[in-house]
Amino acid sequence: MSDLTELGVTAIRDGVAAGDFSAREVAQAFNAAIAAAQPALNAFITPTPDHALAAAERIDADRAAGRPLGRLAGVPIGMKDLFCTQGVRTTAASHILGHFVPPYESTVSGRLWDAGAGMLGKLNLDEFAMGSSNETSAFGKVISPWRRGHNQDPAPIAPGGSSGGSSAAVAARLCPAATGTDTGGSIRQPAAFTGIAGIKPGYGRCSRWGIVAFASSLDQAGAMARDVRDCAVLLEAMAGHDPKDATSLDAPVPGWTAALDADLSGCTIGIPREYRMDGMDAEVAKSWELGIAWLKDAGARVIDISLPHTHYALPAYYIIAPAEASSNLARYDGVRYGLRDLPEGAGLQDMYAATRAAGFGAEVRRRIMIGTYVLSAGFYDAYFTRAQKLRTLIARDFTQAFASCDAILAPTTPTAAFALGEKSDDPLAMYLNDVFSVPASLAGLPAMSVPAGLNGEGLPLGLQVIGRPLDEQGVLNAALAIEQRAGFVARPARWWA
Amino acid sequence: MASLSQSSYRIDGATGAWEVVIGLEVHAQIASRAKLFSGAATAFGAEPNAQVSLVDAAMPGMLPVPNKECIRQAVRTGLAVDAPINRVSRFDRKNYFYADLPQGYQISQLYHPLVGEGHIEISLDDKRAGADSEPAVKRIGIERIHVEQDAGKLMHDQHPTMSYVDLNRSGVALMEIVSRPDMRSPAEAGAYLRKLRAILRYVGSCDGNMEEGSMRADVNVSVRKPGQPFGTRTETKNVNSVRFVMAAIEHEANRQVDVLEAGGSIVQETRLFDPDSGTTRSMRSKEDAHDYRYFPDPDLLPLVLDEAFIGECRESLPELPDAKRHRYETALGLTAYAAGVLTAEVETARWFEALAGASAAAQGRSLAEVARQAANWLLSDLFGALAKAGRTLDNSPVSPVAGAELLALVAKGTISNTIAKQVLEKMIESGEGAAAIVTREGLTQTSDTGAIEAAVAAVLAAHAEKVDQYRAGKEALFGFFVGQTMKAMQGKANPQLVNELLKQALG
Repeated sequence: MSDLTELGVTAIRDGVAAGDFSAREVAQAFNAAIAAAQPALNAFITPTPDHALAAAERIDADRAAGRPLGRLAGVPIGMKDLFCTQGVRTTAASHILGHFVPPYESTVSGRLWDAGAGMLGKLNLDEFAMGSSNETSAFGKVISPWRRGHNQDPAPIAPGGSSGGSSAAVAARLCPAATGTDTGGSIRQPAAFTGIAGIKPGYGRCSRWGIVAFASSLDQAGAMARDVRDCAVLLEAMAGHDPKDATSLDAPVPGWTAALDADLSGCTIGIPREYRMDGMDAEVAKSWELGIAWLKDAGARVIDISLPHTHYALPAYYIIAPAEASSNLARYDGVRYGLRDLPEGAGLQDMYAATRAAGFGAEVRRRIMIGTYVLSAGFYDAYFTRAQKLRTLIARDFTQAFASCDAILAPTTPTAAFALGEKSDDPLAMYLNDVFSVPASLAGLPAMSVPAGLNGEGLPLGLQVIGRPLDEQGVLNAALAIEQRAGFVARPARWWA
Repeated sequence: MASLSQSSYRIDGATGAWEVVIGLEVHAQIASRAKLFSGAATAFGAEPNAQVSLVDAAMPGMLPVPNKECIRQAVRTGLAVDAPINRVSRFDRKNYFYADLPQGYQISQLYHPLVGEGHIEISLDDKRAGADSEPAVKRIGIERIHVEQDAGKLMHDQHPTMSYVDLNRSGVALMEIVSRPDMRSPAEAGAYLRKLRAILRYVGSCDGNMEEGSMRADVNVSVRKPGQPFGTRTETKNVNSVRFVMAAIEHEANRQVDVLEAGGSIVQETRLFDPDSGTTRSMRSKEDAHDYRYFPDPDLLPLVLDEAFIGECRESLPELPDAKRHRYETALGLTAYAAGVLTAEVETARWFEALAGASAAAQGRSLAEVARQAANWLLSDLFGALAKAGRTLDNSPVSPVAGAELLALVAKGTISNTIAKQVLEKMIESGEGAAAIVTREGLTQTSDTGAIEAAVAAVLAAHAEKVDQYRAGKEALFGFFVGQTMKAMQGKANPQLVNELLKQALG
């Protein structure tokens, strides 16, 4: 039999249903791939081979008994370690939750198990999802399976972040698909860096219940897989209203997969002129031009649009997200669960200080301090209030743009993946990586990255489609049109095992 | 030092009279089976940490979802104090670290509260019992009412070096009812608290139980020379009885006068009240005050209320104390005093209305015709007898229907008022009905003219010199003869007949 790890979500599900192979064989193949790659790539914080096998055996038994199979029956996936999983350690890649085992299952992961998926493991990420390179994890960096110089240069490359374990694992065929979360680009940027597809649905599509919070008004779960269709299949299983999340969207989940259609006749795509920034990477600019041509080829009309407040998106984001984070992370105080550092003779305040100093890494501490600062008396109006106003203006930019177009095409990132360590001492350079992904996050819009090609060094480049509110379908369709024309078949050489 | 009448309360300092300015922030626990943002239960007295959900313990990834019943009760409370209900309000996070605050923030409403400006009216003459005149009324403004979460509680007596945390209260819904600085004396503050408590209990939005912590007050006090601008205030936190609130104000106002007259200035600070010494002491000053970093809670959408919901809340309101008191005076003909006492507590009013209703039925008369008898009996006879038996209306062995039976016996002339008092005591002792007691004990009032005439004759014969005094013009002695005759008749004589026959005999 051919290598089952080559198969994607749809192929595995169909093959299991048809009896071409068993779900157990699939789980075993991926478990083995993970075990072999883990020392080199460190994509997982906690591999869970038994979880994957147990789920697979249930599916095989269901099939043998003729019971109906779920839409993800027999598909083992990777779970970003930000989703609480019952009985399985959930760390958020932070030392402060290093031994935390939730007694509950997040809504999204629960829905995936109900659909027949199994869990290969908990995927590495930036600590509390704060980062763009997966270098802030307390459980070590993730190494991208991609290398520069067309796989010849051994310098380790960033898999992107914060969903860097997810992107590396999917790109390296350690799992057919993975969950991610996206606050300012944490699904799209790593997907672009690793040559896979990743969709952040509109805010509220996926319940946040049971996902360790970073910035509540921005956090949104989504799907990462090797193609657009697999993303649609996974997202369909993840999405849906949840009464336990007051910000959850109370709207039916459309049949996105069934309605996939790469014919864009009658569709208008907007090209935001403000995204053409000075000094834009020439290869990124070129891939954007290619994307425009592909969408025209698919029948779309392409027009220039303006999103005038784009320039303010990054500063607004780096006020709002840390502000919310500084409050959301206050619960990690050593009192009830997680790390407690109680020095001899220490009082409560000492315990807080010791626990949080020992438990949080530098980037998390930095963002807590920024967030605390921008919310503090005397600075609130100058920072937080103004950032909120900018957020409103940025959202209005999109509303006005969507009066004349149906979706927006832009690069996902300003550059291809950088080398590990290249930006880790320069937070501002790191934050600039989110420049194209943050606006859609602030506006709560569905957005997707899809591979467009390789740059001169053989590293992937991604294109981003941003859609109207509730229009994940339009995003998926445009991404599918790009995917079909990009013919992206490049893959990292298997140097790690 | 202090006089008790309205607004003329002054502290007489060495430099003259000082006026006290008081505002109260009352935290009232919303009567709801479930917490504000989680489904966990709220019953008082449960084992520590027995009523804690994942949300209340702020586990990772847990989210708040507003409990509609808590919102409903706060809206009803707002309507009851004549305040506008904001169609859109928001929840904000108040950030601070403490071991009883699992989230590291309290969800409250700073910028856009649920309820706007209202007011309540207090009466200031509770002491002038029996006065038939309208009591002096003062309107106290309510600035706002918002809803927020309570914190848990620390237990310091469980371990020699550690504190324990009980999260049962964590997340319980509170209303914070903020008054304007409209009160000018401890008595006014006391009257405001009692009236507010009565309204909350009428509405059913809070049980008003201060001992169990269902109601607590933060007391803002400042002093000034009359006519001057407001002075710097202090805030005394978490005072948990009306008496303590009054004592805290008294102490704090005098302390401030002493400080100012000694040439000092008042520091804006948070203080604590010590019930044992009746004094307040500094907890933290403005310089040490927390920066709470309030911001809109991103886990919660704005709370939007529609007209239908607010209409339902309005429909569901009961008759409130002021309206009821007015009705008792105008429609039932009760005195202002009786109406005031009967409506001060919702239980008393309910009891009275059940009694009056049953009396009207038992006597075949209208409510207005029986109301005075019922009110007088309830306020004097029943309250007195219950107090003597160490009981209250809550655990009265006599039901309103049983009371009405007794009153009907009086109204029909079967027994006298004097006998009725004895019968009531026996009812309280035994729980038996009035008629059964009267029959068994032979207490039926006699209208036997011959027997009464004989008793009258005997009394007059035994007190010949008093008869002479009476006839010489000392008419006040008539009551003495009535008493002696009733005594001779063992209280069972029809009092009207006794009066008539005595008058005849005394000529």
